[in-house]
Amino acid sequence: MTTPRQLDVSGLPSYAFSHRSLMWWGTFGLIAIESTLFALAIGAYLYLRSQSDQWPLGAPPPDLLWGSTNTLLLLASLWPNHQAKSAAEAGDLPRTRVWLLVCLMFAVVFLVLRGFEFAALNTRWDSNAYGSVVWVLLGLHTVHLLTDTYDTAVLDVLLFTGPMEGQRFVDVSENAMYWYFVVFSWLPIYAVIYVVPRI
Amino acid sequence: MDQPRHTPASHLKDGPGRGSREAAALDATWRDPPGLMGWLAAVNHKSIARRFIVTTFGFFVAGGLLAFVMRLQLARPGSKLVGPDLYNQLFTMHGSTMMFLFAVPVMQAVTIYLLPLMMGTRSVAFPRLNAFAYWIFLFGGLMLYVVFFLGAGPDVGWFSYVPLAGPDFSPGKRTDFWAQMITFTELSALVEAIVVITTVFKLRAPGMTLNRIPLFAWAMLVTAFMILFAMPSVMLASTTLITDRLVGTHFYNPAEGGDAVLWQHLFWFFGHPEVYLIFLPGLGFISAIIPTFARRPMFGYTAMVLSLIATAFLAFGLWVHHMFAVNLPELGKSFFTAASMLIAIPSAVQIFCWIATLWSGRLNFKTPLLFVLGFFFILVLGGMTGIMLASVPLDLQVHDSYFVVAHLHYVLIGGAVFPLFGAFYYWYPKITGRMMSERLGRWNFWLFFIGFNLAFFPMHLLGLRGMPRRVYTYQAGLGWDTLNLVSTIGAVVIALSALLFVINAVRSLRRGALAGVNPWGAGTLEWATESPPPPCNFYAIPVVHGREPLWQGPRAVAEGGAPAFTHVSGLAADTREVLATTVLDARPDLRVNFPDPTIWPLVSALAVTALFLGSIFTPWAVVWGSIPIAIALTAWFWPRHSETAVHLSLERKP
Repeated sequence: MTTPRQLDVSGLPSYAFSHRSLMWWGTFGLIAIESTLFALAIGAYLYLRSQSDQWPLGAPPPDLLWGSTNTLLLLASLWPNHQAKSAAEAGDLPRTRVWLLVCLMFAVVFLVLRGFEFAALNTRWDSNAYGSVVWVLLGLHTVHLLTDTYDTAVLDVLLFTGPMEGQRFVDVSENAMYWYFVVFSWLPIYAVIYVVPRI
Repeated sequence: MDQPRHTPASHLKDGPGRGSREAAALDATWRDPPGLMGWLAAVNHKSIARRFIVTTFGFFVAGGLLAFVMRLQLARPGSKLVGPDLYNQLFTMHGSTMMFLFAVPVMQAVTIYLLPLMMGTRSVAFPRLNAFAYWIFLFGGLMLYVVFFLGAGPDVGWFSYVPLAGPDFSPGKRTDFWAQMITFTELSALVEAIVVITTVFKLRAPGMTLNRIPLFAWAMLVTAFMILFAMPSVMLASTTLITDRLVGTHFYNPAEGGDAVLWQHLFWFFGHPEVYLIFLPGLGFISAIIPTFARRPMFGYTAMVLSLIATAFLAFGLWVHHMFAVNLPELGKSFFTAASMLIAIPSAVQIFCWIATLWSGRLNFKTPLLFVLGFFFILVLGGMTGIMLASVPLDLQVHDSYFVVAHLHYVLIGGAVFPLFGAFYYWYPKITGRMMSERLGRWNFWLFFIGFNLAFFPMHLLGLRGMPRRVYTYQAGLGWDTLNLVSTIGAVVIALSALLFVINAVRSLRRGALAGVNPWGAGTLEWATESPPPPCNFYAIPVVHGREPLWQGPRAVAEGGAPAFTHVSGLAADTREVLATTVLDARPDLRVNFPDPTIWPLVSALAVTALFLGSIFTPWAVVWGSIPIAIALTAWFWPRHSETAVHLSLERKP
């Protein structure tokens, strides 16, 4: 018989950031899934292109203006997200609230511009396979923007009005990480939608 | 934030163990709420997993009955029992049910039950998400069967090839329901994969370092990672199929630059890993059963883990061997032939490790072990025909013939269903507290083993003699009559065996011998707690000192040294507090407060169901349907003041 001996864990912290947090692993899983989805959609685009003599099919390439503006805006949005993330990790509630609000404004402006981007694609989803795959690529990315924008909005409303606890800072940190993913996953999609039809 | 502003809500800490005031508090904390609403709001992993297991077995029986009707139809030539249209629905429903509603989800369901018990914790990670995954799975599966009984069952095969499945050749809604069923079930599987990964990485008992976790957990961890990278492919495929059918996209329409082979690539990029998603959990069951019944630790633990990981990687490089009949570059085909043969190596490593374990053990011939031995025989045969099919010329010859049907049933039933039955007999006592009958178990095994070989071995010969799959009938005198009749007799024997299994499972619930804590003398942690486990799983979280914690206690105390830790204390007993540990070394890291039961996962699943169903009839459902989803998810996330107060009373900054 071994003598029982207790390992007292009551002094451990109740939340932590980065990979110590369960939320980080959940977000990581989501990012793995969504990255695969984007990669496969890009693969489908390149596959259809490889099967076609002419590309883009029956349409000029998408206009560069809105897509490129949006890309710059998206890259710029890394800054407020970084600020929100570091404010959250410092446990600074007022700063977190404000920076998250800035993030939200960026996202909303971005979504409006995304509307113009769809209009400047020069093709429709039902024109031909090229149109279909371009719309699906842009649509998939937009769904991620929409969900993360809504997520950010709910989180910020909660920070202003709801009951507050430390775990909320972890949520803000993970929300920013997910936004990084939305930004960085856009770059290859931008290259495929806007650059590939021009080469 | 720094100082708790509320009076501490939590005074009771765990540690004292069974029978104490703290243990009673733990039971009350982790139990599902009473009543119907409580049942619908339940988030305890064991409650959800029990429903999940029963649901998947329900689909297994349904899929089996469909197959039984097909076998009756094929028993003799020129049979008029079933017409061609119904027959098309039968084989599509059978394949889709077995692959999407049974094989993968049943493995996840069993895992959701066992994992926290094996890891020495009180819950899976993200318990509400886990409940959501169950509900969404249930609704997707029910939808498929409802439309089948309404006469609109899908009828283009479980891999739904275009152009047959496209808008030109499959008008109506049948294929749309199939495509949305895919979306439902894959959403559920992806969510469960995240739950499994996070549980294994973050919620292990202290001391259970990554190289001490049970091989079953490794198998499920690797499976979960494969799901993350395989399932998105079929979701993309089914979504683009449904947009082709409903909103006029042209992914698979050659007239407008689309390409039918794109479907095959996307489908099999998922479809081949899918085979291993079904097979790897089976390997996990076997690695759990063999050490117990050989009464020794597994031989070659590290080799086993590396083989699992190698199998997972290789599984993503094989998909084209389902497409050898397509006009693809020959060099590419040679590559996929080589890769298909390569995957036999890690599988063989595992088989040799099991044999070594059995060889050097003292065998205890109980029903679970019988099913494992049956697995060896059947899987090796299936593997052999697999190596044959990996060769392009032979594959072309038997493509779309009964040879392939024989092969895939040998691999899937041998590789997954036999281990699953073994697993059922093995863990039934843990889940219900009672043993299943050994006598009925042996009958169950032998009837299944004999019936299986009777039903499926003749199909090899039928395929070689040119019988194509998916034909609703055939002419007499082609040399197929006797073999088909034998195959149908085999199906009857399998049905009998399945009936015995159900009788055994139901009867043993009341009449089985009481199991006690560890009826098999096993070494992993799920056998350290009562059968059935209390709502909190463990009254005190154990501290682990080896790979088989029940066989390897703490090392003897050095003279003058402090004794080793045996269990954890200090977690709140009156709120759902869980210990999180570090990923590699399982050192205690955080006390995480888990959410209470809630109805919102169910409501969210209903809202998602409404969107998926609505989108079959109008694309605008995607827009309007997302509003209730957003509301439900927000309500799910929104914290209650009382809950936050408890959290604050226990809060400690990192």
